[in-house]
Amino acid sequence: MSISKKIVDDFVANDVSFITTVPCKQLAGVIDEVEARPEIFHIPSNKEDEGMGLCAGAFMGGKRPAIIMQNTAIGVTINTLATLTQYYRMPLPMLISYRGELREPVACQVEMAVHTKALLNQMNIPTYHFHKEADADELDAILKYTFMCNKPVAILTDASFWGGYGDQ
Amino acid sequence: MIRSEILREIAPILHDHLVVCNIGLPSQELHMIDDNAKNFYMLGTMGLSSSIGLGLALAQDKTVISIDGDGSVLTNLGTLPTIANNVADNFILLIVDNGSYGSTGDQPTYAGKKTKLENVAKACGCENVVVCQDVDTGKVLQEAIDSKQMTIIVTKCDSGNIKLPVITMDPVVIRDRFMKAVAS
Repeated sequence: MSISKKIVDDFVANDVSFITTVPCKQLAGVIDEVEARPEIFHIPSNKEDEGMGLCAGAFMGGKRPAIIMQNTAIGVTINTLATLTQYYRMPLPMLISYRGELREPVACQVEMAVHTKALLNQMNIPTYHFHKEADADELDAILKYTFMCNKPVAILTDASFWGGYGDQ
Repeated sequence: MIRSEILREIAPILHDHLVVCNIGLPSQELHMIDDNAKNFYMLGTMGLSSSIGLGLALAQDKTVISIDGDGSVLTNLGTLPTIANNVADNFILLIVDNGSYGSTGDQPTYAGKKTKLENVAKACGCENVVVCQDVDTGKVLQEAIDSKQMTIIVTKCDSGNIKLPVITMDPVVIRDRFMKAVAS
């Protein structure tokens, strides 16, 4: 089974049925899988804070939402995480491609990578880091944890987890 | 008319529907005029009223009215293509366009200058875009509800504010009673 299929299987098994995405090359496979699943309403966002607004609405409408995005989005969404998702105590699994880590070819990506965990830590957002494929075995438990505690939760997935970046 | 006068006039129409209300004075005004469980007040996060409303409309069947402002739509202009391409016929976006950032002291917005949000919405692919004057807002809103088609309303009005207190309700209380109203 592909890792993208396994991840989306876990979303479906946890009744996540509303997923918004902002693309990243590393996430292309999982976004394709989200789009292909009839159990999931896939709504691409133009910006990640917009996506978190969509997820807040979907949650209040009775759906379990999730957002799939790149770690640069943490820089975009701090205000939304603080004043919407956390302030109103809403659950939000955030599957995040952790660009700028080992095997990264684009130097600028490192500039947000060095802030990513510090920002998540400052926001008191529970954070999990998938580095090896077997790390994804915890996704099911992470999703259950997210909807138990009604918090945004970050799942950082680096290039090694996805099997390298590009032609490396 | 200024925004608070429009809200007072359309409050009886809003009362029967789920309302996502924009940050700042719009929420404070609606809270004062007709506080009820079907109102979701945004206490922060400028720009996301339309996104929250669309997500809510896509997730369930009841009619959802997002009350937004021209300044807030400009803050989150990417919302209009998302709305256009994910049609929810139970969703109405009511943009109160007074050409100014009301909650921060009526600084002019670009919507009060060259930019016409109704044209932006149409260019983004929104199919039912209605422009009206302040006094016609209630009639246009009721028609949009009755049409059962996703509609963007841009209502043109004067800038200006009334003095009123901030909302002191706890956000989790606002969210919890709203979710119960959605589910009822």
